[in-house]
Amino acid sequence: MINLIQKHSLFGYIQIMKNTIAERVFDFLKDFPPFDVLPKEELYTISRNVKIMYFQKDSYVFKNTEDIHDHFYVVKDGAVDIFREQDTTLIDQCDEGDIFGLRALIRKGTYIVSAKAIEETILYTVSSEMFEKIIQTNVEANKFLLASFATSTRNPYSNKNKSSLYAQLQSLQKSESSYTEVQSAQFSKNPVTCSPETSIQQAAQIMSTKQVGSILITKQEKPLGIITDKDLRNKIATGQFSIKDKAQDIMSSPVITYHKSITIAEAQIAMLQHKISHLCITKDGTPNSKLVGILSDHDIIVIHGNNPAVLIKEVKRAKTALALQYIRNKAQQLLEGYLEQNIPVFFISKIMSAITTAITQKAIMLSVDEMSAPPPTTFAWIALGSQGRKEQLLRTDQDNALVFENIPSIDHHKTKAYFLTLSKKITLKLNIIGYEFCPAKMMASNPKWCLSMDEWKQQFNNWITKPSADKIMLCTIFFDYDLVYGNQKLIDEISESIFKSIKSYEIFLNFLGLNALKNPPPLSFFRQFLVENSGEHKDHFDIKARAMMPLVDAARLIILSYTIKNHNNTILRFKKLAQIEPQNQELYHACSNAFKILLQFRTQHGLRHNSSGRFIDLKSLSKGDRLKLKSCFKPIKDIQELIRIRFNLSQIL
Amino acid sequence: MFKRLRHKNYPDFWKKYLDHFKNKKECDLNSTRFVIFDTETTGLQHNKDRILSIGAISIVGNVIDVADTFELYLKQEKFDANTVEIHGILKEGKILKLEEEKSIVLFLDYIKSDILVAHHVAFDVAMINESLKRLGLPRLKNKVLDTGILFKNTKLCPSKDTLYSLDALCTIFNIKKQDRHTASGDAYLTGIIFLKIISQLSNSRQITLKHLFRNPHRRGLL
Repeated sequence: MINLIQKHSLFGYIQIMKNTIAERVFDFLKDFPPFDVLPKEELYTISRNVKIMYFQKDSYVFKNTEDIHDHFYVVKDGAVDIFREQDTTLIDQCDEGDIFGLRALIRKGTYIVSAKAIEETILYTVSSEMFEKIIQTNVEANKFLLASFATSTRNPYSNKNKSSLYAQLQSLQKSESSYTEVQSAQFSKNPVTCSPETSIQQAAQIMSTKQVGSILITKQEKPLGIITDKDLRNKIATGQFSIKDKAQDIMSSPVITYHKSITIAEAQIAMLQHKISHLCITKDGTPNSKLVGILSDHDIIVIHGNNPAVLIKEVKRAKTALALQYIRNKAQQLLEGYLEQNIPVFFISKIMSAITTAITQKAIMLSVDEMSAPPPTTFAWIALGSQGRKEQLLRTDQDNALVFENIPSIDHHKTKAYFLTLSKKITLKLNIIGYEFCPAKMMASNPKWCLSMDEWKQQFNNWITKPSADKIMLCTIFFDYDLVYGNQKLIDEISESIFKSIKSYEIFLNFLGLNALKNPPPLSFFRQFLVENSGEHKDHFDIKARAMMPLVDAARLIILSYTIKNHNNTILRFKKLAQIEPQNQELYHACSNAFKILLQFRTQHGLRHNSSGRFIDLKSLSKGDRLKLKSCFKPIKDIQELIRIRFNLSQIL
Repeated sequence: MFKRLRHKNYPDFWKKYLDHFKNKKECDLNSTRFVIFDTETTGLQHNKDRILSIGAISIVGNVIDVADTFELYLKQEKFDANTVEIHGILKEGKILKLEEEKSIVLFLDYIKSDILVAHHVAFDVAMINESLKRLGLPRLKNKVLDTGILFKNTKLCPSKDTLYSLDALCTIFNIKKQDRHTASGDAYLTGIIFLKIISQLSNSRQITLKHLFRNPHRRGLL
């Protein structure tokens, strides 16, 4: 009793009547989003004005085409089905703590779905008018409601359905991204410069008076090249050049230039890609405009504390697989930090892939050094599957293959034996580093996947022209290849050959399409269950098979149908598709966003449980998580529908 | 000991209460306001014991409006230490308490001429009537319904000859018990039970208010 009085005075209300019932409503609502983020006073005001409604089994809460009510609903006890009346398609099932009927917040129009109690149900109703005032001031609650609203709306990415609520959603997303993505890098504004004709001695003197490690060579204020401490060491101290020579003789040129709006993440990626430590900032971002500053990897370390460029440098210095393993573990910590900071998952995956690539390259170089002789001919090491798509964040299995240049058949056996030995060394090192052997032996150390270029062409041609379930499965892995090390030309030629084969045998795409529809997404979550379209229940959710692979498969299929090369990443594929098909732009964007959410979710889940993150225990999901995942199912469903129609799959199915 | 006041000397609040009955219109089941209430008392003897608190909720058309609920605590002259354990209301507790007369004024203003519902309603009505008597006023004029008796008309009732406690009904109707033995908590539980009984009864046939008052069974307590 005393407890209750204290609780009461906490709300600061001067009232004669204590309201036990409102307190109970409060106690219930406070555990569920969006109410959990509301201040106590606001939630108590809401609780005091809730109406409690009772519904018998099979009675309607509202019906399709009915004018919207002036309140939305929270399930207190029982369960409610939300479905489309026209074809009785179940859209959602709501149980304890779920909110529905949010269309009421629009305050006009009619319901487009029906809601029916499927068991005895008690609902709390919350007045839209009162709630609107609160969500206007509470960003968190607002975000949650808009997300819920979006998932229960028939077509969340249709322009036609965009109401003022959506406009708000977009502005929210914008402000969210400005927080992370558009965080510009701080660069040095007054770079030290000299002319191309300056002597090296003079340049070195300038550097030492200004106490800098690099000097930019400019002509008419445009950057031409750069000299760093390293150049002085390698080119002057070795006696290769004289200090009387001109700066232009030893400068590294051209320089990589960017606009000043470059973000930290972009700068890191650029440095990794070009293997450089300095970026020039010019007025319009091209080398042909005025130099305004310089951004060094040191600037980024200062900003970031922990830095992938440093890890890449350590990779270069590493001499053993164990050293690489240590670096990979550090990268894992970096990953956790990035996820905590909410850095967009697209950038994280780029950085993590760059590290994985660097580590793999190093493992290859170390292995080549261990061989008794240099490679008899050029070769290429390719990453497959998620690593090939640059979507591997957690350490998963290694999937790789090797292609070597065509050689006279007389040398074939000997050459293959050499590369198999090399591959065994490489895969073993990767295993030590922490990339598990592929259980299906999809590795270059397997004679089946260590082939000459012509053999690969034949292999792909065989998969494409004589498809079977197994071969299609292999295609889905081998089509997402990415060069990690070696001769790029070999890969390009294989790509050409693949597209030629597909063109001459177009029905292959239909087979690939069938494969893409193999796993329809679930409809929703309900209590401990997944609500399947088919009605099958499980208490674990396979996020890879049921949500991520359908998107990966869909993106690959449609990109292949346009014979677009060098787009191996699912997010990039969807971006490209959005350009090619403006009419489906919104769907592709939705797919791309869904994939980002899923990738982030899987990674976080994997880190938390020290697993691949693939199987998710539904009981461990919070209401917010469920909603987040649920929002991804809708675009998957729609892209599968698009594939079904475009590739005429209804007839084949 | 207490003399009822003469009609013309009734206080304004009682006259106002009576006025509600004069203007009363016949309503159907969905527009009728039901007041579901419960009293916590010092004991079970209506002529000796006193009301400690009154809790009530209203139901109109299957909806409980949390904004239209009633909860108050009465100042005590009589106090029975033995029952404190059950209801937890100490004689000089910190909760804001009202005089008996003020409580009755508020209660009558809340119930108006609407239908009163309680579990074993006769006891709660008798307790209120005793209060009225002490204030020199006549008995309550509202129609009353007893969830204990209404339940016996449903198919869920295992035996018509047994008296079912609120706890028993909560178990039968699968209702989570919260705040048992507080007036408001019990009033809320009774309200949910009432809604479930109405829904049970209307499953078999179309029911009207009249059906609820038709009572083939014996009265409950008292």
